[in-house]
Amino acid sequence: MSRTLRLLCLAALVVAGFALSLVAGKQWLPWGSDPATAIFIELRLPRALLGLLLGAMLGVSGAVLQGFLRNPLADPAVIGVSSSAAFGAVAAILYAGASSLGIFAAAMSAAVLSMLLLVALTWRNADPVAFILAGTVLSSLAGALTAFLISIAPNPYAVAGVLDWLMGALTDRGLADLARAAPFLIVGTILLAAAGPALDALTLGEGAARSLGIRLGRVQALVVLGTGLGVGAGVAATGVIGFVGLVVPHLLRPVFGHRPSALLLPSGLGGAALVLVADSLCRLAPGAGEVRLGVAMALIGAPFFLGLLLRHRGRAWI
Amino acid sequence: MDLIADRLSVDLGSRRVLYDVDATIRRGRVTVILGPNGAGKSTLLKALAGLVTPAAGSVTLEGAPLAALAPRQRARRIGYLPQEAAVHWNVPARDVVALGRVPHRAPFAGPSPADRAAIDAALATTHATDLADRPIADLSGGERARVLLARVLAGEPDWLLADEPLASLDPAHQIDILDRLCGSAVAGRGVVLVLHDLAQAARIADDVILLRDGDIVAAGPASCTLTAARIAEVFEVTVASLPGTRVMVPIGRIVR
Repeated sequence: MSRTLRLLCLAALVVAGFALSLVAGKQWLPWGSDPATAIFIELRLPRALLGLLLGAMLGVSGAVLQGFLRNPLADPAVIGVSSSAAFGAVAAILYAGASSLGIFAAAMSAAVLSMLLLVALTWRNADPVAFILAGTVLSSLAGALTAFLISIAPNPYAVAGVLDWLMGALTDRGLADLARAAPFLIVGTILLAAAGPALDALTLGEGAARSLGIRLGRVQALVVLGTGLGVGAGVAATGVIGFVGLVVPHLLRPVFGHRPSALLLPSGLGGAALVLVADSLCRLAPGAGEVRLGVAMALIGAPFFLGLLLRHRGRAWI
Repeated sequence: MDLIADRLSVDLGSRRVLYDVDATIRRGRVTVILGPNGAGKSTLLKALAGLVTPAAGSVTLEGAPLAALAPRQRARRIGYLPQEAAVHWNVPARDVVALGRVPHRAPFAGPSPADRAAIDAALATTHATDLADRPIADLSGGERARVLLARVLAGEPDWLLADEPLASLDPAHQIDILDRLCGSAVAGRGVVLVLHDLAQAARIADDVILLRDGDIVAAGPASCTLTAARIAEVFEVTVASLPGTRVMVPIGRIVR
């Protein structure tokens, strides 16, 4: 099967997921049913579009970070951007009683600030280990600060709202959320994808990549800025949704090959399909409420990843 | 038409590893950089490839300062084969060789007919055509070395700089790789090699740069620079020459 055909299959999966996301829910909406038009336009469509953009960005960011760091375990969580954005959101909720716009701005700012800090910590150092260490430190710091803020929260009732951002979901996201997040998600994805060709050269290590004319500083800037804007906006709009960036490139490597730049478009499509389908399933869970997407991804993702590890045991797995 | 180091000094961190090195390297010849561990051989090679910024002095590529060249321009003219033989993702050998075309290709553009021709030619030169579709992780050390050399050749550089291209290869593969490199020099390229193996260096070198502790001890045609006395001075070993050849083999340690 040619690469184009495989890509078309993935694209078909995205379209199916998108359609499912439009019709699925506690209230199934058949196409064109009249009283349902409002729900359709106001709720389901923005939610599906947000899921599409978010999933694509998460998939691409995972593939780019794994290629850039030459590490199959890298994803946005590893470099600290998700937990930093969540910290921004939590601080805004607990201490500014912020509106959804305020929460969005705080989470975005925290994400971009953490990425600037990451660049400062790894300046003129192309070593991926330094990058991962610095990211891990940022991630722990943001996590600790978040826990600290929660423990000294002036209003215990606000703490319930905080959980929304630590385990994200697309629930009740409307046109306003989509309009705020979409530009950042799109620009972030484009910046990340622009780093693609350089990632191939990095397959041979930093020295060889530089000898091939790759400007590593520029690549690092694209990766960090793209991740900061994209993942920052994702967390700001929906809260932390993990595992997509980690799992999707792994799923697709056996199908599309290991070359980092050849994996970007499939990972974008795969991420979108995964988020759309998972979000639809979340809505169908029994009970009055929905399962949170962040929880569902972790519940699906962790055993899946474990299975992958076991299957690859004894083989070279990157 | 020369690659020239002019009073070149290089620092790694706060430590100076090259002191005022002057060297002139010619196209069409094989220049071997020799010296004991820690002499600054790899650093000199990296500086000649434009990959480290000199603390003082400069490198000139065929009349133009190397530092003034854009990275892409430099990459088209100087091919660099690092000591590190790692390929971090398990891609087919052909994809590895195709990376040599990176400086010639527009980002996101597919390979042009010229790219394909250069890749095929490089695979043929290193006898790696049969390996092209195999995953790189499945190749033996010798096969992998041939593919990585093909990667540099695919870029069709005028200058070919290789750091320890013989590391962990058996004698047959060593001679294989060196013959390809010498062939490049015959074809008019400038070839610069860092080698540890005195015997192989003596066998193939046209010119030698002998380094010790960041200083040049001797530089020039191999017949003048590689003498038993100099080897004894720099490497602290005694050597025996194979009769009728230029090959010399270390046979004893000199303890001072």
